[in-house]
Amino acid sequence: MASVSIDSIHKNYGATSVLRGVSLSIADGEFLTLLGPSGCGKSTLLRILAGLEVQDAGSLSIGERAVDNLRPKCRDVAMVFQSYALYPHMTVASNMGLPLRMRRLSTFERLPLLGRLLPGTARIAAEIDAEVTRTAKSLGIGHLLARKPGQLSGGQRQRVAVGRAMVRHPAVFLMDEPLSNLDAKLRVQMRAEIKELHQRLGVTFVYVTHDQAEAMTLSDRVAVMLDGELLQVAPPQEIYADPDDRRVAEFIGSPKINMLDGVVRERGLIDVAGSTLAIGADALAGAHLTLGIRPEAFHLAERGGQGALTGSVRMIEHMGSDLFVHLDLAGGDHPLIARLLAERAPHVVPGQTLHVGVGPDRVLLFDHDGRRLRQEVESGRASVTPIREVAR
Amino acid sequence: MSEPLALTGAPDEPSATGSVRALPSPAVAPARRRALTEALAAWALAGPAVFFLLALFFLPVIGVLVIALTDWQFGALTLAFVGLANFREVFADDGFRASLVNTIVYVLIVVPGTLVFGLLIALLIESGKSCRSFYRAIHFLPFMATLTAMAVAWEALLHPTIGLVNQTLAAIGLPTANWLRDENTALPVLAVIGIWQNLGYAMVLFLAGLKSIPQDLYDAADIDGADLWLDRFRTVTLPLLGPVSMFVVIVVALRAFESFDTVKVLTQGGPGHASEMLLYTLYRESFEYLRTGYGAAVAVVFLAIVVTLTLAQARLMDRKVHYQ
Repeated sequence: MASVSIDSIHKNYGATSVLRGVSLSIADGEFLTLLGPSGCGKSTLLRILAGLEVQDAGSLSIGERAVDNLRPKCRDVAMVFQSYALYPHMTVASNMGLPLRMRRLSTFERLPLLGRLLPGTARIAAEIDAEVTRTAKSLGIGHLLARKPGQLSGGQRQRVAVGRAMVRHPAVFLMDEPLSNLDAKLRVQMRAEIKELHQRLGVTFVYVTHDQAEAMTLSDRVAVMLDGELLQVAPPQEIYADPDDRRVAEFIGSPKINMLDGVVRERGLIDVAGSTLAIGADALAGAHLTLGIRPEAFHLAERGGQGALTGSVRMIEHMGSDLFVHLDLAGGDHPLIARLLAERAPHVVPGQTLHVGVGPDRVLLFDHDGRRLRQEVESGRASVTPIREVAR
Repeated sequence: MSEPLALTGAPDEPSATGSVRALPSPAVAPARRRALTEALAAWALAGPAVFFLLALFFLPVIGVLVIALTDWQFGALTLAFVGLANFREVFADDGFRASLVNTIVYVLIVVPGTLVFGLLIALLIESGKSCRSFYRAIHFLPFMATLTAMAVAWEALLHPTIGLVNQTLAAIGLPTANWLRDENTALPVLAVIGIWQNLGYAMVLFLAGLKSIPQDLYDAADIDGADLWLDRFRTVTLPLLGPVSMFVVIVVALRAFESFDTVKVLTQGGPGHASEMLLYTLYRESFEYLRTGYGAAVAVVFLAIVVTLTLAQARLMDRKVHYQ
């Protein structure tokens, strides 16, 4: 077990800057997810951590030990690849046993025929077999040991890949989109298994994904990456409810957060889409802000005007317990999605004019650079406080 | 189809039967017509290929089989069936036996040699950074060139007195030889030329095979601890080149069995029978001595060996190199 510390890592591919000074510290036993759209540099960061690529600047340490100049096998990390990267010509048992054979047997002892004749090889090989069998059983793949990867289903291959990583008890597990090749149902099941595995092993996990559902359900903390930078590192709930940056707010949540342009009328009042909301923003009258409102922050209101937005219903998506109501707001061409409880809004039909209210504490304010402006609602007097440093 | 049949078996069913029986027939007729059209289209599309396969392959093979059972001589107006006499003669002939053994020895040198050196060159080119296409091109050239012309160049190189090979050997104080006229060196020299010629082909296939190995596997090997060159080669490269290697072995083996140009141009099978190979024997018996029946028997033996070899290789290696 080990903590991981990443200090101002830079990486360029030619003229393209992939990582721009990423710093992050991961606690011992923590499940940290690197979340971001494809091309944001999250996989590169993981590969640098594994030692498969070398950073241009910055340093890494795993459990107090600087690993910058260590080869991958010396870093005490194991990696599960998106493609599983199982050796197709080896059985499940050989695949899982390979990391142990490479570490415990010398080059001579690994020779195909001669190796077996050397004293001690048989004993070590038997130990390795026993450990592989134990690990395989704990993953429920004990009956597949004699098969080759080509004969396994996607979920079984995934387990073998996890088993190969587990078998030598690494200090840190690195997972690069391990579930993205599975179908939706299996993905949910394997997600639960990975979470269980983390709890059982208690070692540090660094997990890369572009799927926010995986990030939110699995992680102790989520690190949201975009364009080679960390935007925010926080527990899932905080990432969702209290984003530091407009891009984080927009990346997390489905359906996407509504972003509305507003103008400060006077202290405590903001004009938005033909309505006025009582929101404290310590900005000068006339300042332009962006209001981020999650779809579920809306509720049906009796009438428009103060504290509610008005629009005509364009489309309704029935989701069982909820309705996603798509509105065209009156005062402009803002599309908006409101998530309403189905039982509270039984009679909504397309074309209808609808008023949706929103509590001031559910509105996230962003300045025109996309930085979060925090409002202090509870103090009675609204004011904007500077946001925390982006990505601590 | 079984439903209407079952119903006709019970003719005194109530009136409902009539309507049920009437129903399938209009549905069946278009189905049959469709099947017929489909079959016609299939034959029409496959027709040209079937025709040429028959005309250019199966009929000549049958022709050779028939001729092998006769005493026909090229250009003769009469022939007589002699049964298996030609085959008995073929196997009793010392010349043929030497030719068969030579061919097998030649294949056993050329196939592993091509495989090993082709892979080596592919690995070297792949691991280098500069002039890749240049190296690819120069190694592939021998495969593209007309072997007869190249054989003349080899003849010049191997000339006992003015050849570059002997002059070089003499210059550094090594013994020289009359490479193509010495019964101990003639066949090995032909085999070396065979390797030289096929090398580029194997190299190109191995290069393609190397490119198709996923980087992930090398990454996994690095993390698993197989990060030294030999370990990576044994864990990832070699096993994943299995399918390509099988293809190279089969193709090069067939080409080696068929080698003719170098024998004809450089040694004419000599000295004695030292470098005679099956295809050359076949050619000489059929077209120089005009013993067509005997030549056809050699051709049949040759065909049997090649077909058996191909089937056996495909069967054996298929199980070992495809991992699905």
